[in-house]
Amino acid sequence: MRFSEAWLREWVDPDISTEALAEQLSMAGLEVDAVEPAAPPFSGVVIGEVLECERHPDADKLSLCRVDIGADMASQIVCGASNVRAGLRVPVATLGAVLPGDFRIKRAKLRGVESHGMICSASELGLAESTEGILELPAEAPVGRDLRDYLALDDQCIDVDLTPDRADCLGLAGVAREVGVLNQVSVTEPTIESVKPQIDDELPVTLDAPAACPRYLCRIVRGIDPVAPTPGWVVEKLRRSGVRAISPVVDVTNYVMLELGQPMHGFDLARLSGGIKVRMAQAGESLELLDGSKQTLRDDTLVIADHDKALAMAGIMGGADSGVTSATRDVLLESAFFAPLAIAGKARSYGLHTDSSHRFERGVDPELQHRAMQRATALLLQIVGGQPGPVTEVSSTADLPRREPIMLRRTRVARVLGVDIDDATIVDILKRLGMQLVDTNGGWQVSVPSARFDLAIEVDLIEEIGRIYGYAKIPSALSSAPVSVTLRPEAEFSLAKAKRLLTHRGYLEAITYSFIAPELAAVLAPGEQPITLANPISADMSVMRASIWPGLVQTLQYNLARQQSRVRVFESGLTFARVDGEIKQRPKLAGLVYGETSAEQWSQATRQADFYDLKADLESLLGQVADLREFRFEAAEHPALHPGQSARVLRGKEPLGWIGLVHPAQQKTLDLPSGVYLFEIDLAPLRMGKVPQFASLSKFPAIRRDFALLVDRDLPYQRVLDTIEKVAPQIVKDIGLFDVYTGDNIDSSRKSLALSLILQGSSNTLTESDVEQASGVVLKALADDLGGKLRD
Amino acid sequence: MTTDLDLLVSESTQALDAAADLRALDQVRVHYLGKSGLYTERLKGLGKLPAEQRKTAGAQINRAKQAFQQTLETRKAQLEAQELARQLASERIDVTLPGRALSDGGLHPVTRTMERIEAFFASAGFEVAEGPEIEDDFHNFEALNIPSHHPARAMHDTFYFDERLLLRTHTSPVQIRYMQDAEPPMKVIAPGRVYRCDSDLTHTPMFHQVEGFLVDREVSFADLKGILNAFLHRFFERDDLAVRFRPSYFPFTEPSAEVDIECVMCAGDGCRVCGRTGWLEVLGCGMIHPEVFGHVGIDSETYLGYAFGMGVERLAMLRYGVDDLRLFFDNDLRFLKQFA
Repeated sequence: MRFSEAWLREWVDPDISTEALAEQLSMAGLEVDAVEPAAPPFSGVVIGEVLECERHPDADKLSLCRVDIGADMASQIVCGASNVRAGLRVPVATLGAVLPGDFRIKRAKLRGVESHGMICSASELGLAESTEGILELPAEAPVGRDLRDYLALDDQCIDVDLTPDRADCLGLAGVAREVGVLNQVSVTEPTIESVKPQIDDELPVTLDAPAACPRYLCRIVRGIDPVAPTPGWVVEKLRRSGVRAISPVVDVTNYVMLELGQPMHGFDLARLSGGIKVRMAQAGESLELLDGSKQTLRDDTLVIADHDKALAMAGIMGGADSGVTSATRDVLLESAFFAPLAIAGKARSYGLHTDSSHRFERGVDPELQHRAMQRATALLLQIVGGQPGPVTEVSSTADLPRREPIMLRRTRVARVLGVDIDDATIVDILKRLGMQLVDTNGGWQVSVPSARFDLAIEVDLIEEIGRIYGYAKIPSALSSAPVSVTLRPEAEFSLAKAKRLLTHRGYLEAITYSFIAPELAAVLAPGEQPITLANPISADMSVMRASIWPGLVQTLQYNLARQQSRVRVFESGLTFARVDGEIKQRPKLAGLVYGETSAEQWSQATRQADFYDLKADLESLLGQVADLREFRFEAAEHPALHPGQSARVLRGKEPLGWIGLVHPAQQKTLDLPSGVYLFEIDLAPLRMGKVPQFASLSKFPAIRRDFALLVDRDLPYQRVLDTIEKVAPQIVKDIGLFDVYTGDNIDSSRKSLALSLILQGSSNTLTESDVEQASGVVLKALADDLGGKLRD
Repeated sequence: MTTDLDLLVSESTQALDAAADLRALDQVRVHYLGKSGLYTERLKGLGKLPAEQRKTAGAQINRAKQAFQQTLETRKAQLEAQELARQLASERIDVTLPGRALSDGGLHPVTRTMERIEAFFASAGFEVAEGPEIEDDFHNFEALNIPSHHPARAMHDTFYFDERLLLRTHTSPVQIRYMQDAEPPMKVIAPGRVYRCDSDLTHTPMFHQVEGFLVDREVSFADLKGILNAFLHRFFERDDLAVRFRPSYFPFTEPSAEVDIECVMCAGDGCRVCGRTGWLEVLGCGMIHPEVFGHVGIDSETYLGYAFGMGVERLAMLRYGVDDLRLFFDNDLRFLKQFA
């Protein structure tokens, strides 16, 4: 809602500055977005009358004018506008005038003829974006008067960003009431008198959809002057509200809407047949609107129709065919109440948004229609004359919003706001807001004004009290003790800790969009049914990620394109997959490693990170959750990963995720360098770990035995470990692997594993035979189960 | 004899001086003091002397030997000191060379900010709850008193999957889910990703919010002001930071407020960041609407509650001086490293 401060002050004039007024409105919940001057600074512009106007002797498009500017002598001015003519009153920038943009008017010669000033257009004065020709002022504009003074241009436009609940302030009247309450000053409403009918003409009105339109008023005005201009004061008020003047009928309806908050419409009576029917549209019925768009209507849309056809989309926009034109002599004015629910969302569903729909869907005062009609008739007659008929009003009382009184408890006010406000203040606030109060035991019974759709229950009134009393005056209390004192389970997985661990291992955390390109999803997470947005921002952000990898790969690409050669990133968040028709939203953690293991360094050679570097990071992370032996890495194939360098990660038997090298084919498709390693794990199976349990420390020395074991080259080390763990007696405390060798001196189908066993007794020092026996058991199992033998 | 001893003394002393290192010195020691060393021999030879000379001669030799021993010790200490100095000199390193580190990883500034917010509210007894990001219409809108025709829906720029499913436009549905499952009293924050179908200089289609709410028998707007004032003062580490509560409208709270802080960029003087108003809007809040309580089966006569929501990126930008929202999701390593 935008309005002129001067207009507001016609209604209510508190003794405060513009700045204070804006601050006050904002702090009352009517947030002021901008305060802008009604016109940019200019000076030396006066009202002049063109006395004579002839063609310039040497230029076809220029006119030579003699203009009375209220001085002793008329000024000779050359003007290039096509609408300049004798008898016209116009703004004249006199010699020495300064126009917006610091443009100074000097004596000039145009094609050999002296010009003593300039006749101005609205845009030259900063009063319009663009204009055709000079600004035509009304015939009664006093010659010689300063234009700023005449148009009261030393005014501010205040732009209030209203919240959707405050429809009552979508008219100046509502804002004025607020200002009155806030400053405790009275509001002077313009007197609106009933305009007596001069003719008997009426149009029959039927309400076929009374729930959607419980009240409809219309009135015929015959014989208007089609060429009468809208007066400057109306044009200016509209302009300062951001509305362009169009024609008197439209301007008057807009004026009343801005002033009182009632959207109105004017029909060309000659275009209507029979009478008015307010009904739901027939599905498929078509209607061309005033903006030139052709709409095919649905049957949930309310229309204003005559006996033949739809005329307008009710409360949204009029039709092109029945609209008022410069040829219109007889007008039908409409002032109606449409139920918010009947209008809400409808304009948007047709791709429309109008000042009218904006108001109706938020709620127009259902008691306002008659006043608005009288106001509009009076203004219209004042401008274009004509003879008004009687006001036709059809209402369905049962369908009009019924406002039940609200019970307000004194104690509840204090309980909700946390401050004791005395009765007198509460009563004063509510009364000034237009409410009627009846004392009750413990509070009041409150009847709210019909315009306040936002006031329905007790707490709505409490908000009003708090708002006007001032949120700033409500104390700031810090008394609320913790509801419960808690400590998270010690073994619970902490994502924050896991993230920190990764950052300590050189990873940067990325946050990528949860929606990705379907192509990328297909390459990195194939086989998943994509969950697709119906209205994505763009095609490459249209499917929900089933994996975090696409985002990390994009992060890699982005940084490779910016000369980064070493990328270590991780991300955590939800991933989305359809499982058996149901959407699963799983939290995951994923990482990507590319490039050297460490940044280039003076003291040690760098090398490219590989599978085992990434695995170490993941193992370190898993080891924080639980004993690493709970987790397994199994060689397995994933469509996005190199089949020989990928593993499924499990916790016990539960799959946890994947780790591996990007598959060469995918790597090529994505135009990635080689050596990009990825991991991704599900966080749900990690939710709980174990609380450590102490085992007593042995007082006896430990003994180490090393073996070089020859096994099949393809045998996974995990099998060796499992075999040893299965048979090893208690005294085997640790198993280590300190070398893996293939090559010279051993069969090419075999590899040599250098293993170490750490043995220790808990109650005695181990004897040689204890050690021999334990080693023997282990070696026998390795030989029997895996064909492993000691290297010669 | 005397002359002989003099000769030995001077010769042996010279040998000590000539010894260049500890090893040479030890050889000198053995040569003079060893089992068959020259001083030892001299003492052994005393027996051959007539008894009356023995005492005097013995004393002379012993004096000479002791003097030699003393000089030897001194020389040894000297050589040891030299040796140590040599060793230390040879072991000198350039301490200004960089350490042999991995490299600096770090948390995303959004996480950093979120952790700080969580830490504050945890200290005030709030627990953390989470919820789904693909939400249904009921939890994201209906239960929050935003029916389908509500004008507030237009302000939400929602991403839809179908008639019912959508990407949550705020973290408030977590409030609904939590209240459906738990009994008051409750004191919860819900951080997470939210989505709006809007992308330009100052909007990204995904961003982060932290929602918070408290439900108890006696809780008022004054308590809400208290916790949020404390939070903003602690978050920006300025107890004199001006904070104001401005009446506003959210369908799920009544009364509702937007919270502005004095612009941290210009100290309230007015700048580009605050649109020359001197104020920055950082939070939305209010008392939980009885309609919301109705949807989750909490009796609004018995219980009251407050709720608040804040944009994490906004707070991160103000805290760290980031001037472009989109940087948060470009994941440029040069950007991320600044928060490491």
